[in-house]
Amino acid sequence: MSSSLLLSKKNSDVTENGTYKHTTSPIVTGTSVLALKYKDGVMMASDCLASYGSLARFRNVRRLQPIGTHTILGASGEISDFQFIQNQFEGLMLKEHVEDGQKLETSSIYRYLSNVMYGRRSKVDPLWNKYIVAGVEPSKNNNIFLGFVDLYGTTYQSSVMATGFGAHIALPIMRKYAEPRADSLTEEEASKILDDCMRVLYYRDARSFNKIQKAKVTAQGVEISEPYSLSTNWDFAESIIGYGS
Amino acid sequence: MTSVGTGYDLSVSTYSPDGRLFQVEYAGKAVDNSGTTIGIRTKDGVVLAVEKIIPTKLEVPGSNKRIFSIDKHIGFASSGWMPDVKGLVARAREEAWEYQKLYKVPTPSKILAERIGMYIQAYTLYSSVRPFGAMPIMASVDKDGPQLYMFETSGAYYGYRGCATGKAKQLARTELEKLDIDSLSIRDAIKEAARIIYTVHDDSKDKLFELELAWVSQESGNVFSKVPQDIFDEAVQYAKRANDDDSDDDDDL
Repeated sequence: MSSSLLLSKKNSDVTENGTYKHTTSPIVTGTSVLALKYKDGVMMASDCLASYGSLARFRNVRRLQPIGTHTILGASGEISDFQFIQNQFEGLMLKEHVEDGQKLETSSIYRYLSNVMYGRRSKVDPLWNKYIVAGVEPSKNNNIFLGFVDLYGTTYQSSVMATGFGAHIALPIMRKYAEPRADSLTEEEASKILDDCMRVLYYRDARSFNKIQKAKVTAQGVEISEPYSLSTNWDFAESIIGYGS
Repeated sequence: MTSVGTGYDLSVSTYSPDGRLFQVEYAGKAVDNSGTTIGIRTKDGVVLAVEKIIPTKLEVPGSNKRIFSIDKHIGFASSGWMPDVKGLVARAREEAWEYQKLYKVPTPSKILAERIGMYIQAYTLYSSVRPFGAMPIMASVDKDGPQLYMFETSGAYYGYRGCATGKAKQLARTELEKLDIDSLSIRDAIKEAARIIYTVHDDSKDKLFELELAWVSQESGNVFSKVPQDIFDEAVQYAKRANDDDSDDDDDL
């Protein structure tokens, strides 16, 4: 097919030499998602910001999404791609709403998502996200599941997990305080570790926001908090010298 | 049947001289060959009940269900040819999902009913197709509250407070008419639905049957689902007791 014919189809994705240009960078993005396993299940946190470049554009975005009764999906990266995935899951879960005694559980949801992500990257048209899938699997003796998948389709499972800047700033904190005690950590302790990590991230990450949400999955199911604000203390700022002051 | 041999019943695209479509009526006969299905709409929810006739003891209990969920808040129960029922269920699911994808709201049952009705009606227009041998009953709770629709083989559909189709539809309708549906709670409606199915079941014709009960109500979280086991057992107990009492009365006479 000649390039002029391709261009005449008015497909803006097609370049002059007949190749396609897909997403090469995200536009509206969410920053870190953190998650850790604790005694009764798994807990996750993210802030409510969707940035347009460095502009704090949308400040009331929910990036923690329940999927079914015992799974949550946390998303960082391109928000529109996350919304696409949310739609995919809405359709999938509707199809699963038949009473055949089977329920789609966390590890299957994780497998589905990682196959979609790898499939899209293999088309060289990736969904520009890093996802954390967390849940409890009632049919597997309440197995606690925590998995990661990114835009390349890379997957791994761990008892503490973070995306984005959180992987540099919060992960070492969680590795120190949460990972060695994943089996004995109480809900209050887990909650405090995540709040502290989110606070540190708010101080350090210029794309973060202090309005956050926390979610947990236990054998009883999913619970996602309403957005709330973290307390911060900027007294130290006065003593900072440089940066124009 | 006066229509047989007249030549006016060979195609749905031909009317008889007195303005009837025999093929559509024959489809209704096909529905009358299968177990009874009923629906009751109360002010706080809808219940569907099916007398699922079991052709052989070899069938696994609970298999070959006749009640289907369409969307989270919508469900179907149907008498008639099973493959035709499944065809309509597949179509209804597709319509519901497409609507929800396009408008980002749960599909209103009024709109879904219209689309299903038109779909069934389209199969009464051409000589190359056969009308559906199924009469689905649709239950839902949406923004307008609890809804109950029944579709006829012609594609006509109406909203009901109580409706019945299948083998013993006449008897079931008589029983439904005796109920004071407006003052019935959903829990009582479940019991009555079970009772009616047990009442209309004819042991001499079909030995084995299985009762299927599904509901959508505030109590089920406005989700269409199977009636929970404890409520189901209670309803069956009530149904059996009510029928035993009836036969005792007969003995007295």
